[in-house]
Amino acid sequence: MTKKVHIKTINKKVLTQTLKTGGCGECVTSCQSACKTSCTVSNQACQKE
Amino acid sequence: MEGCNGMINDFSLLHKFSFDDTYIVLDVNSGIVHSLSREAWDYLNAWEETGDAQKAIALLETTHDRRDLEQIRGQIEELQAGGLLFSRDETLESYEARGSSVVKALCLHVAHDCNLHCRYCFAGTGNFGGDRSLMDLETGKRALDFLFEISGQRKHVEIDYFGGEPLLNFTVVKDLIRYGKAKAHAFGKILKQTLTTNAVLLNEEKSAFLDAENVHLILSIDGRPEVHDRMRPFAGCQGSYAAVCKSIRTYLDSQKLDTYYVRGTYTHYNLDFCEDVLHLVEQGFTRVSLEPVVASPEEEYALKEEDLPVLGEQYEKLARAWLEYYRQGKPFEFFHFNVSLDKGPCLIKRLSGCGAGHEYLAVSPGGDLYPCHQFMGQKEFLMGNVHTGIFNHQLGEQFKSAHALNKQPCRQCWARFYCSGGCHANAYNFNGDIYKPYLPGCALQKKRLECAIYLQVKRWESRTYDKED
Repeated sequence: MTKKVHIKTINKKVLTQTLKTGGCGECVTSCQSACKTSCTVSNQACQKE
Repeated sequence: MEGCNGMINDFSLLHKFSFDDTYIVLDVNSGIVHSLSREAWDYLNAWEETGDAQKAIALLETTHDRRDLEQIRGQIEELQAGGLLFSRDETLESYEARGSSVVKALCLHVAHDCNLHCRYCFAGTGNFGGDRSLMDLETGKRALDFLFEISGQRKHVEIDYFGGEPLLNFTVVKDLIRYGKAKAHAFGKILKQTLTTNAVLLNEEKSAFLDAENVHLILSIDGRPEVHDRMRPFAGCQGSYAAVCKSIRTYLDSQKLDTYYVRGTYTHYNLDFCEDVLHLVEQGFTRVSLEPVVASPEEEYALKEEDLPVLGEQYEKLARAWLEYYRQGKPFEFFHFNVSLDKGPCLIKRLSGCGAGHEYLAVSPGGDLYPCHQFMGQKEFLMGNVHTGIFNHQLGEQFKSAHALNKQPCRQCWARFYCSGGCHANAYNFNGDIYKPYLPGCALQKKRLECAIYLQVKRWESRTYDKED
């Protein structure tokens, strides 16, 4: 019988680590795309990825 | 709270929520998302309630298998040790944006005039409270020169042709698009050009040109015909849906890449806005954004506080519909559900927010610079001019500092790294202060994010199960 997995971790990228590695500033400006009134920074893509 | 390993755990470091049969925990600082079994969900809640891991097991062992509970406890210990649960980062306590900002994007108001008279228009039917005017080619070129000079070492730069209605000034827009392309080539930069239009004047010729020049389009349409026509009439009150829908179809037929979004606004009149999104999808528009109206409370169409629960249900309904379409092999994009957990922006970007006032500026037809299109024409927010440069650097610094960690309500909010404190203009328009977020907007933002994260979990599960099959 397989052991039940109770906690599945969906992603690997640790945000706080990107304080050291990020900040190149090459990403898209968030309010320039399909939202001009509702800032959603997190749905922008990282240019390095 | 006494943790599994004797450490004190702070549950404010987590955001727990359930969506249908899915139990999700977001570790706020690391951004790591976990999908929990029902047993693990119960355990975590019991732990929070009792304040002690052992007591949580004691509380649950009459209804749950003790071995399961011990296993869950062990797994939580491992995640915590790995910095994936209850994570902290002291550097965030005293974070200040480092270095000077670089302006890398301009919103060019090429036309302060419009051929529609939308009832909710923040630009006052296109003129932004001033004279109706068009940007001349010289000013437009100077704006582009300004961008290429001020963006320094940044490789990626952006221009959005905006209005009013930019296609009312298409001759100038065409020249500027070509000028921008040539300039980018000369400077060795990558220029992304977008154009935000109501689509009324978007014919085959213009579509072909914009597609050939790789200009991304934001096309305004609100959804169902009656919804759209009520808020987006021509000057003579006649509805614009039929003309707009036809133009968008013409454009989509001619374009080769998915470089567009159809974008609408919902109001108090269409609280069932999920139907509008699905209407647009059924028209074959597969990249959709629909946003809450920003309006003074006295307006009949303004969203009310009491609308929030209904709107929350609508986002949930939309998430379920999104999943159904995805499973049927007919995926569509809803802009606010596009949250990439592993390929999203770094934390520094998340703390720079929308960039208004320091990375992103709006340019009036006469060349005046404002922090963004929403502040256009407000004298106290005038920052400079493309001919003479920026004179109010202090204002830019204020905008730069107005990030989530410097806004009191945001510091404790689980969504702070997803919206970075929200829209400055909303904060200013409703609370008179860019440091005081517009809270009803926050409520909607959080609901959208929960839906977006839920959909990421479901997609992850679907990919994982596909691999196992």
